[in-house]
Amino acid sequence: MERKIELPMVSCIASSLTAGDYLYLTGEMYVARDAAHKRIYELLQDGKNLPIDINDACIYYMGPSPAREGQVIGSAGPTTSSRMDKYTPLLLDKGLKCMIGKGKRSQEVKDAIVRNHAVYLASVGGAGALLSKCIVESEIVAYEDLGAEAIRRIKVKDFPAIVVCDDKGNNLYKDA
Amino acid sequence: MRTIQTYTITEAVAEMCQEANFFLSDDMKEAFSQAKNAEESELGKKIFSQLEENLQIAGSESIPICQDTGMAVVFVEIGQDVTLEGANITDAINEGVRKGYVEGYLRKSVVNDPIIRENTKDNTPAVVHYDIVPGDKVRITVAPKGFGSENMSRVFMLKPADGIEGVKDAILTAVKDAGPNACPPLVVGVGIGGTFEKSAIMAKRALTRNLNERPNIKWVADLEDEMLYKINDLGIGPGGLGGKVTALAVNINTYPTHIAGLPVAVNMCCHVNRHVTREI
Repeated sequence: MERKIELPMVSCIASSLTAGDYLYLTGEMYVARDAAHKRIYELLQDGKNLPIDINDACIYYMGPSPAREGQVIGSAGPTTSSRMDKYTPLLLDKGLKCMIGKGKRSQEVKDAIVRNHAVYLASVGGAGALLSKCIVESEIVAYEDLGAEAIRRIKVKDFPAIVVCDDKGNNLYKDA
Repeated sequence: MRTIQTYTITEAVAEMCQEANFFLSDDMKEAFSQAKNAEESELGKKIFSQLEENLQIAGSESIPICQDTGMAVVFVEIGQDVTLEGANITDAINEGVRKGYVEGYLRKSVVNDPIIRENTKDNTPAVVHYDIVPGDKVRITVAPKGFGSENMSRVFMLKPADGIEGVKDAILTAVKDAGPNACPPLVVGVGIGGTFEKSAIMAKRALTRNLNERPNIKWVADLEDEMLYKINDLGIGPGGLGGKVTALAVNINTYPTHIAGLPVAVNMCCHVNRHVTREI
């Protein structure tokens, strides 16, 4: 089913989604990948405050190429989600509701999605130029020293993504 | 002897890094349109349309096809009748990568040490493979490699008794394990024979072969056809979301090997199979 979704991805919206739904997302989300996840995870473990509010938040696993003059962002497609699996269950338990990436997730992540009524989406890997056109604002909000891996807040309009793991325990990928 | 100034190599590499990241070769585009027709899944067809639109935007606006603009893999074939003058050739190549990635607004994805992991901020160093060949030319292939697919690549040290069935199992296992992670539709590069490292370099080199070129050895050509059929029968599909087209091509290279061994390397490449070649 095709659906237009306004972010933030609150629990009642996440719970209404089913694996296979094709979504067009509009609103704000964060961008973070490997190095930023490691830092956030360590802060959470130490009981410290995070530089971003992850409650009901959506994180897009992505590290863009640099923007040219006049561009909002460079190429901006998803990266492989499984590298974030180690950190994800804790983030979900602390309020994260939605993740966008590509590829399989661990059983621990899938369990945490069900437990927290969250959702995991995939966008098309390797379509970074096309997806960049759905990003209308972008700013670095933390860890600028990480370069392409800094945390960004972006605003998207009709960003295409497909539901892979829903909170009923369904998984769209075959044998995954 | 013919003299080549290495600064010309720097300039060529800089241009090739950008060209590879903004445009795919014609054989890849052809494979896309054939695959789109062959795909039966509605979602799969939709993904192919998105990939084609993505290529169009990338080429016309100089936005990288994929944000992972890769680690620069460079194959250099140096004619033995060439004298290189100027900066050391490896330095000249790295200078070209630096220039190409900075001036082309390409992502800097290389860290200086696998454990300490500080970004070098200019995508250097490249991974360079040299060959000395007959002639008085230098032939350079720049193949930026993304790591979504690189991470799903494998080397299998099979036994001679495993034979061709073992090779088929190895390739299928690698593709199955990669599943959606390697960004299908894939190009699968395979190296069979040689030593541990030779098989891996052959697999990488196989990715740079034009998809319309066929191997001269009959069993290798047959194996390419059979593996493409079997991979596409797995149902992984475009984006890993199910469908007929999991791979666009299987390219296999072979080399003599030891009486005790049968190395098989499988180098996965996503549908952004980038490579540009120039002769100087």
